[in-house]
Amino acid sequence: MTWETVIGLETHVELATKTKIFCSCTTAFGGEANTHCCPVCTGMPGTLPVLNESVLEFAVKAGLALNGDITRFCRFDRKNYFYPDLPKAYQISQLYLPIVRDGRVPIRTPSGLEKVIRIHELHMEEDAGKLVHDPWLDQTKCDYNRCGVPLIEIVTEPDFRSAEEVVAYLEKLRSTLQYLGVSDCKMQEGSLRCDVNLSVRPAGSEELGTRTEMKNLNSFKAISRSIAYETRRQIELIEEGKRVIQETRRWDDNKDATFAMRSKENAQDYRYFPEPDIPPLELSEEYLDHLRAGLPEMAEEKMTRYQADYGLPEYDTQMLTGQKALADFFESTVALGADPKQAANWIMGQVLGQLSARGLEAKDMKLSPRTLVHLIELVRTGKLNRNTAVKVFEAVFADDGDVDGYVKAHGLEQVSDPGAVAGAVEAAFAANPQSVADFHSGKEKAFGFLVGQVMRQLKGRADPKAVNEAVRKKLDEAKCGLDK
Amino acid sequence: MKITEEMVDYISVLSRLRLPEEERGAMAAELERIVSYMDVLESLDTTGVEPLSHVFPVKNVMRPDRVVPSWPRADLLWNAPGHDDEAFLVPKAVE
Repeated sequence: MTWETVIGLETHVELATKTKIFCSCTTAFGGEANTHCCPVCTGMPGTLPVLNESVLEFAVKAGLALNGDITRFCRFDRKNYFYPDLPKAYQISQLYLPIVRDGRVPIRTPSGLEKVIRIHELHMEEDAGKLVHDPWLDQTKCDYNRCGVPLIEIVTEPDFRSAEEVVAYLEKLRSTLQYLGVSDCKMQEGSLRCDVNLSVRPAGSEELGTRTEMKNLNSFKAISRSIAYETRRQIELIEEGKRVIQETRRWDDNKDATFAMRSKENAQDYRYFPEPDIPPLELSEEYLDHLRAGLPEMAEEKMTRYQADYGLPEYDTQMLTGQKALADFFESTVALGADPKQAANWIMGQVLGQLSARGLEAKDMKLSPRTLVHLIELVRTGKLNRNTAVKVFEAVFADDGDVDGYVKAHGLEQVSDPGAVAGAVEAAFAANPQSVADFHSGKEKAFGFLVGQVMRQLKGRADPKAVNEAVRKKLDEAKCGLDK
Repeated sequence: MKITEEMVDYISVLSRLRLPEEERGAMAAELERIVSYMDVLESLDTTGVEPLSHVFPVKNVMRPDRVVPSWPRADLLWNAPGHDDEAFLVPKAVE
């Protein structure tokens, strides 16, 4: 029998606000335990949480960018559970009136499949604290620095059929949220976390099978591998005549397998009710219009525009818009007068090359657009040849160094004096008569050798085109001499 | 609404309360008296009345996203039943 995998995702994204969702403590990552805390986020009695206006703004922007319906009259709800990661014994979340419903995210997989993933809902909530078990004391240590950090949870419909689709969606989601500036989406710091709901069914069936939920997926690789593992596990169970049990399973990256988590003593009963401490929200048309107007241009719009305005191929536009900081850098170089195709080539080749060699992201790069524009201009006007310019680029990249100073200090200006080029050609021919003869007896290779000799004489600083021409001309003259 | 002793057991698990065996009956009766007040409310005609979640007519109460210094850690840990000067300590909760 052939089987079909059905997957739905719940993605938690930490918002890039400066302060927590209900108090003014910093959201900065790290810090010593319990130093980013106050009576509100440690759940002291008698405190009153007040919503951070940027959280609402970021959530609405995300909802608009995911093509969702914004809930005009919106509320928070209290989700009750006793677990020490939440000192209040409840989480302020949204159940009945989530801020966004019915979104749509178009995706395209590397194998070319295009489809739309439906978003069931997007809601706002607070993150929990961190628990570490101390085996020496046999007690659990609670650190509430992350407690109260704002999150949005984005829940999809069960629309995925493969790991490839899941990864394409997450990459699209990450790029969208980064372009909006609402989250940095760093998986390694936990600011983008994903739970995978997965079931299998006979191909062609409309009915959903029993699903399991997988947690602790900290990378795209872990997501892909856990989907492969869990699909296989469920199919094997069914084919052996056993049943899949609806449960939460934890992915173990080292063992490359999922394991059932010990079920809590009781089935979850969160006893949700409207959160009395947070008054309801009523969003006006003006408020939404204002946020709509402020939405930045997204990666896809940029791709279309770069193709139309600059005549760049689709591949280039995809590379340039992969990271928002890179697209911003490209646009700045063009605004400063660089030829778009030249700028694109430099960015895709040299900039991305240096970033990957140094393990940096575009947003951490110091190189200024002005420096690159200057370098491109030096090549265009023939002051530097392309190979030398690449060397200069590598030297100035890390600290946005001084191009002119480096060129001068290392004597790299291109030799543009025709006399100097002619002299070098003369010398090369005189020193290598055999190569000249070889060329005339039909060995094309000798041409490249002679050009190389001339470049060497000029310490690589000459315009390769001018040298090519000069060598070609000299060979023609010599040939005429032979014919006579 | 009838409150059974099984419901009392379930609620005590949810609220992490250990109820002495002999108090279960009395607790069930007491809870039932409280919950039966809902029947009084239930008898009112609420057709056309919007469900109410908040009693005060306020909405859109928010604060600007500006950092205010957090509290000294020692002050936050002051009343905790257990701490090690850095973290709150609770009975084993993670596996």
